[in-house]
Amino acid sequence: MSIAFEEATRFIWAEADMLDRLDYKPWLALWTAEGTYTIPVDHDGQDFDNQLNVVHDNATMRAARIKRLTSGFSMSSAPPARTVRTVSRFVVTDEAADMIELRAAMVLVEYKYERTRVLAADLTCRLVREEGAIRLARKIVRLANCDDALHGIGYLL
Amino acid sequence: MSTTDFAALVKDDRVHTALYKDSAIFDEEMERIFKNTWVWVGHESELPGPNTFKKSFVGNQPVIVTRDKAGEIRTLLNRCRHRAASVCEKKKGRQSVFVCPYHGWSYDIDGGLRKVPYADGYREGLDREEFGLTRLRTEVYQGMIFATFRDDIEPLVDHLGPARKWMDLFMKQGAGFGVKVLGEHRFRFPGNWKIQLENTTDAYHFPIVHKTFLDSLDAETENIFDVIGSGGWVEDLGHGHSVMVMIPDLIDLEDNLDAPIPERFAQLAEELHAEGHDEPMVRKIVRAVGGTGFNLNLFPNVACSMAFFRVLRPVSVDETEIQHVAIGMGDAASTPSPAGNRARLRLHEHFQGPMGFGTPDDAEGWERVQRGAQAGDDLWIMLNRGTDAPEGLAQPGHNAGDASSEVGMRAAYQQWKRMMTA
Repeated sequence: MSIAFEEATRFIWAEADMLDRLDYKPWLALWTAEGTYTIPVDHDGQDFDNQLNVVHDNATMRAARIKRLTSGFSMSSAPPARTVRTVSRFVVTDEAADMIELRAAMVLVEYKYERTRVLAADLTCRLVREEGAIRLARKIVRLANCDDALHGIGYLL
Repeated sequence: MSTTDFAALVKDDRVHTALYKDSAIFDEEMERIFKNTWVWVGHESELPGPNTFKKSFVGNQPVIVTRDKAGEIRTLLNRCRHRAASVCEKKKGRQSVFVCPYHGWSYDIDGGLRKVPYADGYREGLDREEFGLTRLRTEVYQGMIFATFRDDIEPLVDHLGPARKWMDLFMKQGAGFGVKVLGEHRFRFPGNWKIQLENTTDAYHFPIVHKTFLDSLDAETENIFDVIGSGGWVEDLGHGHSVMVMIPDLIDLEDNLDAPIPERFAQLAEELHAEGHDEPMVRKIVRAVGGTGFNLNLFPNVACSMAFFRVLRPVSVDETEIQHVAIGMGDAASTPSPAGNRARLRLHEHFQGPMGFGTPDDAEGWERVQRGAQAGDDLWIMLNRGTDAPEGLAQPGHNAGDASSEVGMRAAYQQWKRMMTA
């Protein structure tokens, strides 16, 4: 059974909404056990295992990251900058039974300490259907300025 | 010329808050410090062969670091000698000629002026010798490349002095294969450059700021990262350089190679065996994989920090750019252990970078220093912390203190004072 475009975008929007609301525990449950969450440094890089990334998380690292962000002991995330993000410009890049992959644009505005910043990224989201539910199997966030100087980011992209 | 009495702003145990927020002092620092000493511009592995280059900075001046066909490394100001356009805007790469995009003047990789379009438009002709890219004196120690605007200061090795011993020890994490750059995280924080300089030998903040990093480690590793309580020390190495030893057991990575491989590295050891490394080499790589147990701060802009190079670039009085350069084993031509370097990359990502488990909290802390420093007109930054260093560890004759002492910061600010009042 295929995953419809509308199902996919509904899932991705719900995920974006969770991240803006810092609703991290349910966000962890969106992933497949083997899912990878990657924010590369190299804009054109593909070999994430063998290159340096901003984030390259498996399930263990994702869980550790959420524990850190929700602990209250990380000064950059207690509280983090407020964020408002939009995801759009969806293009289907791959499709198979129980799988769909989309490329999309994300524009995120963050606010903290009287300062507003903008981050823009190309997203790749690979969704699969597992036991009837849609799950995130892969998310790649390619920031427009990934290979330039960023700043401390106390939330998730 | 400034009339500020710089000497009065630095006392033995404190420095004046103006050092963080006075833009006139910042301008003087760029002249008196960054144009008068050796400044780190790169690592040899970033120039992997003939006709390679990388962009960098000396203070606030953009430069290109190049390696020519014969292997010689140079540092060139990134400015066309005609009407000043930058001649290179690629971060790094391989090419033998830089062409100015504005009027087409071209330069060889060694900076020599190569061609000038429509040269007959110069009535008297052009002296090519005079109009090459400006070269800065460049010297290398242990693969680390430094440049200076001064032709008459001491050689790099003398400037490094006792710090060389620690650079030698640091490079042992190459497990005998050499050390090469694997990538870099870059980020900025809205604060003065010296706030970061202080941080590299500040063990005091570690258990507080990095509690969430420590909580993410297995019990054994968390114990190793008890950086205040593990019997380390901070030592003044002269010229503003200092070393903070946090994990004495990891000073010399070629010691204790007979110790059993810790459980948390069992899987890595298995992968290393599968790559064809024999047991002694597997032990060597595993012991080196997390880096050394110390941070070496080299005044004014680079540190050999456990398992990476930490580079600072002053942008303005309240803006600083930081690079956390990930390093691994090997050289330009070879990667002796992809599995070992993968492990190093993941360890680097765990703590470092804009979304690491450590860096964002450091960056926020430094920003808070800059914000807080706006309050109080005549308050001081206190650097008086410290008790005695453990007996017999620091080099005799060197000023030293316990691991969480502020000896390294005091050493850096005394060098600041010497240079600002020279």
